[in-house]
Amino acid sequence: MADRGQDTRFPGMFPSGNVRSMRIGLFVTCLTDTLYPETGKAVVTLLERLGHRVDFPAGQACCGQMHFNTGYRREAARMARGLAAAFRGHEAVVTPSASCAAMIREYYPALAGETGDAGFARDVAELAPRVHDLATFLTDVIGVTDVGAYFPHKVTYHPTCHSLRMMRVGDAPYRLLKAVRGLDLVDLPDATTCCGFGGTFSLKNPDISAAMCADKVAAIRQSRAEVVTAGDNSCLMHIGGALSRLRAGVRAMHLAEILASTGDAGAATGGTP
Amino acid sequence: MTTPAGATPAPNGSMPTYLGMPSFPSAARTAVADSQLRRNLTHATTAIRAKRANVVRELDDWEELRQAGKAIKEHTLANLDTYLLRLEESVTSAGGHVHWARDAAEANAIAIDLIKRKNADKAVKSKSMTTQEAGLNEALAQNGIQAIETDLAELIVQLGDDLPSHILVPAIHKNRAEIGDLFRRTISEAPGDLADDPPSLTATARAHLRGEFLDAKVGISGANFAVADTGSLVVVESEGNGRMCLTLPDTLISFVGIEKIIPSWRDLEVFLALLPRSSTAERMNPYTTIWSGVANADGPREFHLILLDNGRTATLADETGRQALRCIRCSACLNVCPVYERAGGHAYGSPYPGPIGAILSPQLRGMTSPADASLPFASSLCGACYEVCPVAINIPEALVHLRARAVQSQPHYPERIFFSLAASILSSPGRMAFAQRLGSLAGSAVARRKGRIRRLPPPLSAWTDTRDAPAPPPESFRAWWSRTRGGAR
Amino acid sequence: MTAREEILARIRAANGPAREPTEIDAAYAAIPRDYRRAHHDSEQRDDIVALFAERAADYRATVEPVPEADLPAAIARAVTGKARLIVPDGVPEAWLAELPSATTIVRDEPPLSARELDAIDGVVTGCAVAIAETGTIILDHGPAQGRRALTLVPDFHLVVVRADHVAPDIADALARLDPSRPHTLISGPSATSDIELIRVEGVHGPRNLHILVSG
Repeated sequence: MADRGQDTRFPGMFPSGNVRSMRIGLFVTCLTDTLYPETGKAVVTLLERLGHRVDFPAGQACCGQMHFNTGYRREAARMARGLAAAFRGHEAVVTPSASCAAMIREYYPALAGETGDAGFARDVAELAPRVHDLATFLTDVIGVTDVGAYFPHKVTYHPTCHSLRMMRVGDAPYRLLKAVRGLDLVDLPDATTCCGFGGTFSLKNPDISAAMCADKVAAIRQSRAEVVTAGDNSCLMHIGGALSRLRAGVRAMHLAEILASTGDAGAATGGTP
Repeated sequence: MTTPAGATPAPNGSMPTYLGMPSFPSAARTAVADSQLRRNLTHATTAIRAKRANVVRELDDWEELRQAGKAIKEHTLANLDTYLLRLEESVTSAGGHVHWARDAAEANAIAIDLIKRKNADKAVKSKSMTTQEAGLNEALAQNGIQAIETDLAELIVQLGDDLPSHILVPAIHKNRAEIGDLFRRTISEAPGDLADDPPSLTATARAHLRGEFLDAKVGISGANFAVADTGSLVVVESEGNGRMCLTLPDTLISFVGIEKIIPSWRDLEVFLALLPRSSTAERMNPYTTIWSGVANADGPREFHLILLDNGRTATLADETGRQALRCIRCSACLNVCPVYERAGGHAYGSPYPGPIGAILSPQLRGMTSPADASLPFASSLCGACYEVCPVAINIPEALVHLRARAVQSQPHYPERIFFSLAASILSSPGRMAFAQRLGSLAGSAVARRKGRIRRLPPPLSAWTDTRDAPAPPPESFRAWWSRTRGGAR
Repeated sequence: MTAREEILARIRAANGPAREPTEIDAAYAAIPRDYRRAHHDSEQRDDIVALFAERAADYRATVEPVPEADLPAAIARAVTGKARLIVPDGVPEAWLAELPSATTIVRDEPPLSARELDAIDGVVTGCAVAIAETGTIILDHGPAQGRRALTLVPDFHLVVVRADHVAPDIADALARLDPSRPHTLISGPSATSDIELIRVEGVHGPRNLHILVSG
């Protein structure tokens, strides 16, 4: 992987060898589309800065994860069929949500099987291996860790459960963050413990969810970070919602927005869930 | 065959729901508010987590062992009838008696009859999840037979007229001070100045139970494994109370779920590596007893094996759910579960709490009660349980699968309408864009402070009770793209 | 239908019809076992024995390496203060040669009741096999080990482990055993973690386990 770069404005930013410019389909996810558009813009900014062409297939909607995880499989299958069709023909599909990526990779094949729809199954077989979470797409597919970002803040990273245990992003986000100029990456105590979001879990079991979130917030405060970041706006909505309620003075911000930031306009884009 | 309801005519098991058990969310609400319980659980589970991780890391072939454990159990379940018959034959030829029980009531009746024939009015019991599940102690009591729990934690639960809350350590919800109070109140052998330190408490339990062991006529146990080709029963334990129950009485009765079977003696090399490290975080537990039928002049002269179904065959009929039958009851999933740590074991309303309980209890009992239907939802799907499971049960996958069954068997109509509506919006880019425009308008009206919504109506108030919600932005990503990049691809 | 027939029928309804035994055995033989049956080199006898001693001591058993010739003296030292010892058949007389005169040797002949065993201070045995990886002793209750109650009821267990008893791993230890016999695997003195998940030694089994590793 990647740390070789010419002495350009962003040294180390471009991988050695010839990683050609790719045509990348952006799966923005319904949550980011609707509530956190700045994250979507940041992904576009970032990938284009790295020399790739980004497409936003307008036929995309929701991956169906919320329905699937709540037991509404038939409805989820309907959404999944539409999403898989929307991304036909893309060599890579990138999403700023590890959990939506995991939904496609882990559960779409079973869903397609349940419907018995051959076209759907074909779309899924094509799509599933090409869906990437943003962080590992950068480190493993493009092969870059220094994306030329500048973000002069103290930041801590929350490894979301699905990024950790389903998409297995490993240390990719940490490597990306460490390469950001000006950024002071601080440890998050008990980092790998779930924040308690869990989709509809947060509504069906609000007391447990809130208790888990309170512990996550306490850990974030203990880290003394100004910004908590993660690879998923859903968990950040949960954590950020609690931080905001408590007026904790810590911002929750998607990893993409930090990586897109170059210090001028970028730093201020914070959609800050 | 995805729903066992349609696949087998067999009723599910009779496992007593803890009486009047509320559904998980309300039981959990009470537990979360109990700060002492929270401290006890956090203290205990934090320590064991780190120890388990160390002792697992020590074996560089852990993942291969885990996959072998999974494969052996899968193979056994796929050929369960054959292996049960092999076990029956090998136990019988070793001088044991094999009984079959469709459900808990049948198993209990067999045990009661055996004990009555021995003219015994009490029995010493080693720790057994299966007898918990069957409600054996209560059935024995109704027949004038006293069951004496001899595992320390089971004793604590029994003396306190309490319920177990953990698979391995049923009294995990109690700390030393609480146990000290209980012992001073209920154990006559307890010294007047009994201190609260674990060694003193343990010594008191030893003194209390010694006479019961020495005079016992009947012992009752479960088993961790039953080896089909040799007829070996295996009990893995720590205290020696298991050895006492398995060795000293003349008559031994073992309750064994039909899924506890493994094909062959050599398979123990896998499970004796997986279980202790996952369970008590030790390289090996202090004591393991292995026996086959009856031995000449050593141990019980009469051995009865009761093979229990009690909902297991119904579970077997569910292609996704059946993986729960691989469980070897180590409790590693409980110890890493953030929901269990905060809700405690009682909230699950079953002898099987935690992540494994959330997929096992509703399958064994069926999802006819709101409490059972709520269990598959008692998880944030974080996946920590799957990561540590020594037989690689994909608990999140099973949970999600069972949620779909719960939605079928216990439909909640307002929710169903909401999800239908949401699906029709979220499956269509056009309707989504329309909803987003409405949201942007509404958002600007309700957001008080910098894009924050502080209060939403029910059911979304469950969110805003403790968290702010983001207000929809003036422009969705989709709208921005369309405006700046000219729409579609 | 009997319970037996009904349970078997439910299983077949769930799994489909039973397969031929040969087919099942072939499927069993094909189960991937990519784990290592040996974590240690069995040729390195000294290392294996040392590993056993180290791991058994981790459980807070008392572990002493003793040259064969010094066994009688080591046994005598270990049982000092025990008035009555039970010694199963098959324990070499030589082991008992230097016992203090105050120690009475009791035989299990005729077999002692559990109450009688409870009045005994300790037991001296050999073992069938030991496992280095886990620090475990395995009794098959054959010669020099006695029936199970003998090593259970008395509060002190002195066990002699010869170097050739020690198998490197669980797999080779199990392979040395006869499954038709009763077995007890012992890893340290009795213990519990039932209070706050903190390990405490000494519950119902022998509270003191003394291991002499000889040869």
